Amino acid sequence: MSGIAIVTMVLGLGIIAWLSARAKATRLAQAGASPVPNTRTETGAHKAVSRPILHSLPVYHGWYAALWVLGPALLFLSIWANVMPGLVTDRVLQDPAAASLPTEGFARSAILGEARNLALGDSNVAFDTRAKALVEPYRQANNFYSSGGGIVALMLAFAGGAYAFTRIRPDFRARTRVERVVMMTLLVASLIAIITTVGIVASLLWESMRFFSMVNPVDFLFGTKWSPQSAAMGYGNEDAFGAVPLFWGTIFIGAIIAMIVAIPLGLMSAIYLTQYAKPAARAWLKPILEVLAGVPTVVYGYFAALTIAPNMRDFAAWVGISNASSESALAAGLVMGVMIIPFVSSMADDSINSVPQSMRDGSLAMGATPSETIKQVLIPAALPGVVGGVLLAVSRAIGETMIVVMAAGLAANMTLNPFASVTTVTTQIVQLLTGDQEFDSAKTLAAFALGLVLFIVTLLLNIVALQVVKRYREAYE
Amino acid sequence: MSEPMPQANHEAPPRLPTDWKGQAMQKRISSRYASERRFRLIGLSAIVMSVGFLAFLLISMLSAGISGFTRTEIAVTFDFPKAPIMVDPAMLDSANADRLLSNANLPAVTMQAARTALGKKGEDLLSPSAWVNVREAIKNDPGILQRVETLSLPASTEIDIAAKGDGTEEAETAYARLDEAGLVSSHLNMDFLTSSDATDPSQVGIWGALKGSLLTMGVTLLLSFPVGVLAALYLEEYAPQNRWTDMIEVSINNLAAVPSIIFGLLGLAIFLNVMHMPRSAALVGGLTLALMTMPVIVIAGRNAIKAVPPSIRDAALGIGASPVQVVFHHVLPLALPGIMTGTIIGMARALGETAPLLMIGMRAFIASPPGGITDPATVLPVQIFLWSDEVSRGFVEKTSAAIIVLLVFLLSMNSIAIYLRNKFEKRW
Repeated sequence: MSGIAIVTMVLGLGIIAWLSARAKATRLAQAGASPVPNTRTETGAHKAVSRPILHSLPVYHGWYAALWVLGPALLFLSIWANVMPGLVTDRVLQDPAAASLPTEGFARSAILGEARNLALGDSNVAFDTRAKALVEPYRQANNFYSSGGGIVALMLAFAGGAYAFTRIRPDFRARTRVERVVMMTLLVASLIAIITTVGIVASLLWESMRFFSMVNPVDFLFGTKWSPQSAAMGYGNEDAFGAVPLFWGTIFIGAIIAMIVAIPLGLMSAIYLTQYAKPAARAWLKPILEVLAGVPTVVYGYFAALTIAPNMRDFAAWVGISNASSESALAAGLVMGVMIIPFVSSMADDSINSVPQSMRDGSLAMGATPSETIKQVLIPAALPGVVGGVLLAVSRAIGETMIVVMAAGLAANMTLNPFASVTTVTTQIVQLLTGDQEFDSAKTLAAFALGLVLFIVTLLLNIVALQVVKRYREAYE
Repeated sequence: MSEPMPQANHEAPPRLPTDWKGQAMQKRISSRYASERRFRLIGLSAIVMSVGFLAFLLISMLSAGISGFTRTEIAVTFDFPKAPIMVDPAMLDSANADRLLSNANLPAVTMQAARTALGKKGEDLLSPSAWVNVREAIKNDPGILQRVETLSLPASTEIDIAAKGDGTEEAETAYARLDEAGLVSSHLNMDFLTSSDATDPSQVGIWGALKGSLLTMGVTLLLSFPVGVLAALYLEEYAPQNRWTDMIEVSINNLAAVPSIIFGLLGLAIFLNVMHMPRSAALVGGLTLALMTMPVIVIAGRNAIKAVPPSIRDAALGIGASPVQVVFHHVLPLALPGIMTGTIIGMARALGETAPLLMIGMRAFIASPPGGITDPATVLPVQIFLWSDEVSRGFVEKTSAAIIVLLVFLLSMNSIAIYLRNKFEKRW
């Protein structure tokens, strides 16, 4: 019996249980209702009449039975699916044909894996004759355990259904039971967020700890030489994992160049949209600006690498900068700045809009022009909100990956020259993890340490930004 | 104010009324108005620059990519009766035409015909897969095997680029010669939409990547939508005010702001290295993106649920509905349009996402569309990234063409979201 067939049968039983339990409850309701004359027995029998007799609507009895059929059986199947491969392997190893297997772990598991693929039909070529000998025992063991599991699951389904069916009585509180399960499901769904967070923190911490057992954390955080390739080639881990040039490159592109583009453009756009633009123009321009945020980053990256970067290099050559790189920090930062404009603009929009109208009116009534009002009243009042928005934008920019992977370079330089090539944390994470995949080298584990730093920094930026925005909102509410 | 006026005021010179018409004042006012106009102009130019950049990006992608949907074809005359094709045309109606034709040595026949028609090295002018088109032509009409037939075959990448006006000198001259002979024509390249990745840019297509994207999005939607909606309902309707609820809220808000590449690291460490799920599969990609999309749906869902007025809940409770019935019979249906809008926006973001999928190995070279969610697959944005790395110049227009397809998907999803919002949005 295959897994899908068993699950389908269990689901079928669930539907049968739902239907029959509901039918039984409906009958009970009608039986209870029949002595009462002059009620709507034809149309809405179970709804209108059953209430004094039946505690719950028949449909809840149906759900109650279905849950009893599905719950235990599916739970058992999901556990069984994880336990079964081990049991099958144990049984195969007891077979006389398995006695000739090598005791050494890797060769042994390779042969077993081959036999499993042959037995399950995933492949039909055997490279090892010993694997061929194991196919038959494997198939037998697999059949034994999968049909055993199937039978147990079906028995559980029947037992659950029978138990639920016997409990259907007019005064049985089926709805309460079903709703308790619903509430449990809701709670579990919302706990997934916590599980994800814990998963992120745990996996980053765990792999970073392995990295830091090879490389001194102080060297990592304060070293100025980054060359994981040389470490991978066996020149040792000292002096290869100094991440300061990466941090500088990330700040240079994401927090300096991108913000020089995004803050003025985003802020002025927000000011124009909220203070000057006619409502009709605003209704059009705002969604258009939001499209900028919806363009996938891979498109921005391609655009930066294909169109902007060569132009930047030519421009640098024209100005007279000799060593301009075609993977300049400027090209990546510029395009990233454009991507960030909508974030800055919508945050500034919100905070300018929440400055009380009376402040604006007061300033205008004193004879200030609109621009004087904006510069001397609105912006100072909205400043905390704007700063919060900018912090959020920075956290977004330094976590951005594709633009820098495609347009920024790989050379870990510490330079102030925007036409030179710098590299960033995210670029290096991608670079470190998309080559060979041995999971014990410092080179691949360094990616997780970089990820941990990125996670902590973006988290702190977000917390600070949200605090700033929150405190500012409270000031005017 | 009961305070006496400060002493200093008595000694101040009597103030004259402001001379608004005076020259100094007029000058000052006009300079203030000029500064007002300047400021306004700066604001307008900021908007114009932002929108202009968007327009520049879209136009340059469109102009670079639109030629990726066409291909240059060269007319080649085949003298089939004389060609060494040992196939009985009568047999080709049956289902085994593919098998028969695979023994017919069509690549050599095509090469020979190209040499005859286009001169020495004529096969270099044709795409390496040109013989596939010959096979399709024979399958469509076995009758052509009995006559001399002119077939239009896809040109090689060099000729294709030359035809689009950007080729090497050698290719340009070859193209000019062909053009003079009247052999070349330009056709819509349907293969681009129906085939998968290849090493030669004249043969690549996006169907494999698109199917990978659809499978991945399916997994993402199936997981993140129910979980997101249920979590939003719990937090907004039932959650007690305690430390656990605070923790859930904090982690959802933080997850929404975590850089996407971190989710890729999570997928790599947990799904691949701990749970040993298949590498490069749409299943893992979908799981990873679901974790990323779920907070977006929860936040959008909570806002939509919050917008349902309490009077609805009170009314339902008042006539005897249980709290679960209130939520599932009344609150959820009313909040659903808002939730859908948030979901579509979250899905659009997931569809354009690249970085986390690179981490879990969805950057493999996949030459055939994935058959299921556990097959190795790639997705559209990753395909764009892979093509953008290719050296061959033929990939430039293909990359831009794939970007156009991706943008069409994203823009239509966003328009649907905006339409839904406008149509079903209720002001209570």
